[in-house]
Parts: sequence; C-alpha cells; structure tokens
Amino acid sequence: MKDSTTARLPLCAIAVLAVAMWPAPAAAHLNSTGMGPIYDGLMHFATSPEDLVPALALALLAGLRGASHGRRALFVLPGAWLLGGLLGLTASAANGSSVVSSLWFVLLGGLLAADAKLSLRVLTALAACFGFYHGYLNGAGMGPAGSAAAALLGLDFAVFALVALAAALVVRLRAAWARIAVRVAGSWIAASGLLLLGWAARGG
Amino acid sequence: MTTERRQIATRALAALVVVWPEAALAHAQQGEAVGFLTGFRHPISGLDHVLAMVAVGLWGAQLGAPAIWLLPVTFPIVMALGGMLGLLGVPLPGIEYGIAASAILLGAAVMLEVRPPLAASAALVGFFAIFHGHAHGTELPAGQSALLYSMGFVIATGCLHALGIGIGTVHRWAWGQTLLRVAGGAVAAGGVLFLWRAFA
Repeated sequence: MKDSTTARLPLCAIAVLAVAMWPAPAAAHLNSTGMGPIYDGLMHFATSPEDLVPALALALLAGLRGASHGRRALFVLPGAWLLGGLLGLTASAANGSSVVSSLWFVLLGGLLAADAKLSLRVLTALAACFGFYHGYLNGAGMGPAGSAAAALLGLDFAVFALVALAAALVVRLRAAWARIAVRVAGSWIAASGLLLLGWAARGG
Repeated sequence: MTTERRQIATRALAALVVVWPEAALAHAQQGEAVGFLTGFRHPISGLDHVLAMVAVGLWGAQLGAPAIWLLPVTFPIVMALGGMLGLLGVPLPGIEYGIAASAILLGAAVMLEVRPPLAASAALVGFFAIFHGHAHGTELPAGQSALLYSMGFVIATGCLHALGIGIGTVHRWAWGQTLLRVAGGAVAAGGVLFLWRAFA
C-alpha cells in the first residue's frame, strides 16, 4: 500500500502542475468580462455623463418644486426611459445628435438655475420626452436583444435610484443657501451644455 | 560590420525599445479622464483668468445677497457662451485687453467697494466673462472628450468663484473689509501688469 502511494505521488504532482500551468484568461479586469447584463446596464448609466448629468438636473429640478413633482419624476422618467429603450432595441441603429444632447443640458440646467416654477403637467411632459429620447438611444446602441433587455432594466434601476436620491435630498432642503447651491449646480450644467453645443457645431 | 558588432547593435536597439517610455492606455476611460482634468486645469493655468474669477467671488461676497450667488452664476454661463463663440470661430477683437481690463475693473470695484444696482454688476461681470470664455474656446485642444472637458472647465471656474466667496466671508469683520480692499487692489494691480504685457 505504501509503495503504491509513493508510486502515485509523481503522477499527482504532474496533474497538479498541469492544472496550475493550464493557460486560461485571468479575467482580472471587469471590462473584459463585464459584471452581468443588469450591472453592466447600471454601470453604463453611472459612467455616461451625457445620460447621468441631465437626468440629475431633472431630478434636482423636480426636487426643488416639491414632493409631488419629485414623486412624478420618480416614476415618469424611468418609465419613459424603459419604454424608449425597449423601442430602441427594435431599431437597427441610431445615432444621437450631439446638438440635441447639448440642448438637453442647456434646457434642464437653465430651468434648474432659474428655479423655474414648472407645473406638474409640464414637468411630466419634460421627463417623458427626455427619458424616451435617451432611453431610445440607449436601447438602439445595445447589443443582442436578450442581454440588452436585462441591461436596459439595470440602467432603469440606476435612473430610478438617481431620481429617488437626488429629488428626495432637495425636497427636504430648507436653508436658502442650500437651495441656491442646487441652482448654481444647474448653471454649471447649462454652461457645460453651451460649451458642448459649441463643440457639436464645430464638429469636434 | 562584423557579426559581433551587429549583435551589440541589435541588443542596444532592443534595450532602447524596452526602456522607451510610453503611456500604456490599458483602460478605455483613460482619454475621458484626461479630458476632465485638462478642462479643469485650463482656467487655473492662467493667472489673468484666476485673478478675474476670484475677484468675481470677492465682489459678490462684498455686495452680499443676492449678488453673492447671482454673479458667480452669471459668469460661467456667459463665459460658456463666449467659449461657444470661440469654438465656432466667431472673431472677438481685443481679447487680451478685455481680460486684463476685467481684472482691473473688478479689482477696483472690490478695492473701492463699489455698490452699483444688481443688474449693472451682473452686466459688467457678464460682459467680461465673454472675453474669458472666448479665449478659452479658441484654445480648446482637439481629441479630448468634449463633455468631460467642458464640465471640468466650468467646475474649475465655479471653484475659483467659490474661493473668492470663501475669502470674502472675512467682510463681516472691520479688519476683513480692509483686507478685502487690499486684495481688490492687488487684483487691479495684476490687471495693470497684464494690460502692460498685452500692449508690449
């Protein structure tokens, strides 16, 4: 018995060595493997300032107008985004206009900076148009329909979470300086949009 | 060339290639991060811009509400409009003079604690912001992420205003008011220097 164990040792060592040396991708970086479609969609939104920043502006604007506006934006924006995205999945390709993207920055940032007294109806229309437009572009730019739908869902969760957090944060702000700080952020978004518009018009 | 010399030359060339410094660019987001940082660095890289932007914050703090937030909101938006004109290639004469004059007049306003009507102070700040924005717009580098660059640029401008407002909070004390006037004088003196350079 002892002899046979000793005889098996080199064989085991070779097997262990072979497994250890087996060439396989390390997959140490998530940008080569992804995190699964849901999280990929979520991260796509979180790392795309062209989607994130105007959505943040809309959430802050809704928050400034009060809880009812915040609640409306919380459901209308992700809903429209999802609807647009699902429709976008059926499109073969869509190239978003950088001029239109810039105008969303200018419009939403400008309204936020001006603390525009939007009615609930106008805010709903604004959230629906903006969400549908960006959702459509996201959907059209995604890959195969199966995993893309899941990614779209992840992206929508991110939009929902952003609106919930940002609007709720602003709704409870009472100090004048804090509300002014939110409006200053709006002016920065509008200013970025104006510069972006210049880039877009120049074709850069 | 002998075989031995060829070997030495080949090894030297191989060593040179190996040690040649080059950015790895292993991650896709690299270019975008550079875009934000380049944009952020742009307004703070020129002292003439820095002086004027800090002076806007100082003057706003001196004037109090609502100028304290209206002036720093006006400046970035109108500056971006000027930047857009620069990007589109719309010419604007006397940019360097305008930038230097902005430091002189804004510095003088702080030094003399001038209190014009709100619309007049906003118009003055907005007028000079066009020169600053246009200068930046024409200097924007190619190949950067336009959005991140723009955001970095605007945020840096806002931070300079915030710095001015932060310094301006000393206005509540008598010694602070004197200090602010001295700071305004220093900004105006810097403007005179830049105007001198523009003419030279």
